Amino acid sequence: MLRIVLERRAEPSLVMSILSPLLAVCLTLAASAVLFLALGKDPLKAMHAYFVAPLIDPWSLQELIVKATPLVMIGVGLSFCYLSNNWNIGAEGQYVMGGIFGGWAALLFHQSGSPLGVPAVMAMGAAGGMLLALVPAVLKVRLGTNEILTSLMLVYIAELLLDYLVRGPWRDPRALNFPQSVTFDVGIPILVEGSRIHVGAALAVVAAIGGFLVLRGTLKGFEVRVLGQAPRAAAFAGFSPARTTLLVFALSGALAGLAGALEVVGTMNQLRPTISPGYGFAAIIVAFLGRLNPIGVIVAGLLLALSYLGGENAQIMMKIPLNATRVLQGLLLFFVLACDLLILYRIRIRPWSRAGQG
Amino acid sequence: MDLATAIILTVVTASTPLLLAALGELVVERSGVLNLGVEGMMVMGAACGFAAAFTTGSPSVGILAAMAAGMAMAALFAGLVLGLVANQVACGLALTILGLGLSGLIGQGFVGQKLEPMAKIAIPLLSGIPVLGPVLFRQDPFVYTSFALVGFAAWFLSATRAGLILRAIGDNHASAHALGHDVLMVRFLAVLFGGACAGLAGGYLSLVYTPFWVTGMSAGRGWIALALVVFASWRPGRVLFGAYFFGAMSIGQLHLQALRGVLPDFLVLPGQFWSALPYAATIVVLVAISRARGRGGAAPAMLGTVFAPDR
Amino acid sequence: MAEAVDRQSEQGAPGRALLPVVAAAGLVKRFGLLTANDRIDLRVDPGEIHALLGENGAGKSTLVKMLYGLLQPDSGTIQWRGEPVVIDGPAAARRLGIGMVFQHFSLFDSLTVAENVALALDGGESRAALARRLAKVSADYGLALEPDRYVHTLSVGERQRIEIVRCLLQDPRLLILDEPTAVLTPQEADQLFRTLGRLAREGRAILYITHRLDEVRRFCHRATILRHGKVVGVCDPRHETPATLARMMIGADVGSVHDRRADVAAGPVRLAVRDLTSAREDRHGVALRGVSFDVRGGEILAIAGVAGNGQAELFAHISGERASDRNDMVAISGLDAGDKGIGERRKLGAAFVPEERLGHAAAPRLSLSDNAILTGHGISRLMSGWRIDRAAALAVVDAVTQGFDVRKGRRDPEAASLSGGNLQKFVVGREILRDPALLVVSQPTWGVDAGAAAIIRQALVDLARRGSAVLMISQDLDEIFQIADRIAVIHDGRISACHPIAEMSSERLGLLMGGAEQVDAGAR
Repeated sequence: MLRIVLERRAEPSLVMSILSPLLAVCLTLAASAVLFLALGKDPLKAMHAYFVAPLIDPWSLQELIVKATPLVMIGVGLSFCYLSNNWNIGAEGQYVMGGIFGGWAALLFHQSGSPLGVPAVMAMGAAGGMLLALVPAVLKVRLGTNEILTSLMLVYIAELLLDYLVRGPWRDPRALNFPQSVTFDVGIPILVEGSRIHVGAALAVVAAIGGFLVLRGTLKGFEVRVLGQAPRAAAFAGFSPARTTLLVFALSGALAGLAGALEVVGTMNQLRPTISPGYGFAAIIVAFLGRLNPIGVIVAGLLLALSYLGGENAQIMMKIPLNATRVLQGLLLFFVLACDLLILYRIRIRPWSRAGQG
Repeated sequence: MDLATAIILTVVTASTPLLLAALGELVVERSGVLNLGVEGMMVMGAACGFAAAFTTGSPSVGILAAMAAGMAMAALFAGLVLGLVANQVACGLALTILGLGLSGLIGQGFVGQKLEPMAKIAIPLLSGIPVLGPVLFRQDPFVYTSFALVGFAAWFLSATRAGLILRAIGDNHASAHALGHDVLMVRFLAVLFGGACAGLAGGYLSLVYTPFWVTGMSAGRGWIALALVVFASWRPGRVLFGAYFFGAMSIGQLHLQALRGVLPDFLVLPGQFWSALPYAATIVVLVAISRARGRGGAAPAMLGTVFAPDR
Repeated sequence: MAEAVDRQSEQGAPGRALLPVVAAAGLVKRFGLLTANDRIDLRVDPGEIHALLGENGAGKSTLVKMLYGLLQPDSGTIQWRGEPVVIDGPAAARRLGIGMVFQHFSLFDSLTVAENVALALDGGESRAALARRLAKVSADYGLALEPDRYVHTLSVGERQRIEIVRCLLQDPRLLILDEPTAVLTPQEADQLFRTLGRLAREGRAILYITHRLDEVRRFCHRATILRHGKVVGVCDPRHETPATLARMMIGADVGSVHDRRADVAAGPVRLAVRDLTSAREDRHGVALRGVSFDVRGGEILAIAGVAGNGQAELFAHISGERASDRNDMVAISGLDAGDKGIGERRKLGAAFVPEERLGHAAAPRLSLSDNAILTGHGISRLMSGWRIDRAAALAVVDAVTQGFDVRKGRRDPEAASLSGGNLQKFVVGREILRDPALLVVSQPTWGVDAGAAAIIRQALVDLARRGSAVLMISQDLDEIFQIADRIAVIHDGRISACHPIAEMSSERLGLLMGGAEQVDAGAR
């Protein structure tokens, strides 16, 4: 008989910290084949529709960037949160709030032709997301309230607020009772002529590179890392956990809010009751898959965007339900977390000893 | 049946799934494990329970399937956090994301189908008491189970040796290991129990509460159940109180919405505001609890920490 | 008192003809590349108090964990009263008749004494029956316990009593104690020795793990000495001198600390603590009550005391990790600093080394250069504008490595990968190389090997000689007598007057540590 033994490495393996996300992706691909088989679809054709077809069509490639934009933006902010042990899981709500505030700005500047419209939408969006994110942060810092549950509850509240606004005060009276706002005319600058890729894509890359540099080279980034790994050592260094908590929540809220505002005003061009296919939650996966490293987040964001696109594609082409995408995303996060084990531990196969214990 | 009784009955129906799921999570957390995936286990219970009951025509099979689905999800979680020492918060989130997706797949063939609501069991004599009788003694088996479970959890934790070991592991897993208690096995069983309870709660939603399947029908109840455990300071009796408080509030807001014409103007708010009430109340309650108790307090000392013995 | 113990243990000396209680042969245990136990032989006889002697990291804990079933040997055999056995868990060990008192108690704070005791037994006994047995055993051995008290309300000594009573309830033939006196006052330790002597006379075997030579010589019948995972000697410690035992334990004579007395005249007051008072922070905390003392440049002031009497709180208030109620409660270099954070206090010339190396003094999963930034970011030239100067941080690592003989695999490894002694040299060296006007250090050599301890102590003495003030919070009386100039004792959040070290006997110190304040009043 053999048994599997975990053996702690003296130091984390550098090789494994790069290999483990790749391994997780491979395992997810394998699991997807099983899933498609279970759904009665040809796994090869399904995997082609999911993971290959979107990559060989130029229109899809543009869409990939459009979808990756919010994921990367939110993922970068969440990396700061999770590195510092702040469990902000309400990015979806902060994204929605950013959409609401950005949409509000777009409504204010509607038909004004003012050049201030674009910056106003972005600033308002970021502010909206930040405000919502600061609620759990302040409650955590001031009263010690668990941020996991409060940040999540605010997701439901933000979604209901959006629902109220687009069905109530902000509904376009000419929309034949459809719950949607007017079509915005603020005009978020487009990066690639003739595509839907707007300035947000560039901002997402800037956020990722900026985030990387802050984490790598500045005291603030150092503070974030120490606080997450060894809170007592952070206090000993003279870093304030409260200030860092407020900062990372504000940052991630602002990035999620900005993503929401740009999506609503730049991509959808109007507010509707639902403005996110779960970007805020998928970004949690993006952050972990990118190993909480903003550069890794870019790659992970593209991958998750591919899963959304592939999901839509497979639905159209092979009638594979959209929920399959969520299943794959959930599995991917599981595999990422499981493979992380390899960074700190070595897996050894040993003959079964007499002992049950230990 | 008068209106008051009818309202109280709906409160019982709204509270039962919260109570079931929160009790399971309470036992899990007392063993030192934080499973944030209650929502995922619950919605899987709802989907599998409905699918099984509809296919076989037997509600009992549905109940068993719901519990089995919750336990299977819990086992997956346990494998990661106990076996592979993964982060509990992240794994709980993964469980929820996976559960919401997988339940959608399983349930998609059943959208729009309807089940006969489960028969209520009337306890002779007692069910004849006015108001209280129908509320307490003419209920479906889930409600009785939920009450029994409160008593069981309280008795198990305070009076049995197994409960003592479970609490000890939640208090200090290294010591418990040193004394020869099997930390991982006890936690594994606790997590499975939590999964069964969450699955049962989900089964209640699709077999009794509605009774039909809608994608994502748990609608945040799993998260509220998590908040209830904090609210209850990890004590079973207080979970009962908390669950009924939330149940009453969510029913209350529905009735307030229905009373539009009657209410004074300032209470006439859009429906979305009332729907947001349980979520807002959860935040308020969490804040009140943390104010009252200060940081940490009654939480099991090992909550959310990993245990990896030398081998 | 001490003589009485000696005489008792003399009577309890074992006859060699008896079957050994436990005999281990050729035990090997590896953790990855490290061989923690290398072909260990051990024999413990009935009625014998057997010392297992060795430095930290010599493999003592690994060996007893195998005897108690917590670890499984990779090879080798264990015989129990002549029969080969496999001990596959603590429950199996207890069934054989092995009881163990852990160094870090295996108690549960949120449970009662009775519940803690029940958890170590195999169950099947009613609560009432257990309560009766508990009362009887604690009465028989004079180990008073209140079954319904919650453990978090008890003192360290009381907690140890639970551990011992818990073992005695199982009527063990072999009792293993892992460094039991580390947390006790000398008087409490004597009480423990008397209990152990009595247990030995009842015919029980006792395996006693320690690195305190003087205890071993006073009351152990036999000693097995471990070094680097191997048995390097078995002897009758009563016939050895501390020097011969130390040589076996360490492998060479340890260099003594030179120039301990500073010749410089007492310098200016670098640290003034005035009526420092604080509330208990949580249920484990201790309230400080009117603590006052000065530390001058050129001297080492030691604060002795049994762990958990307010040392952690005192350190936190002086370092600024906890703010004080009044600004003037702590003054550094003449400036009131009670409201300043730790960073500002460093800028006033203070440096700090907390007791816990991993997690407090150093972030375990960060590199050494990151850990240099941890305490140096505000004062050393480790920043260039917004940017962290990696090269400067690496230079600090190199300088500490050179100056303090830090042994490591790579130039800049993770803190957690260093051995305890080497990491301690790093965190002490990191502060000393900055030449602080005031160094506050807690348990500077706790759990480090003798070689590292000598280097650290020498560095503290040298720092004081250069005119800095050193405040050393320590439980290690040998260390205090070796390098301190003055001494004060902390007990239950109060502090005694400071005495020149030459005027302090270890007996008086023991009384002060036990809380006998009237003795101190007389001295003043």
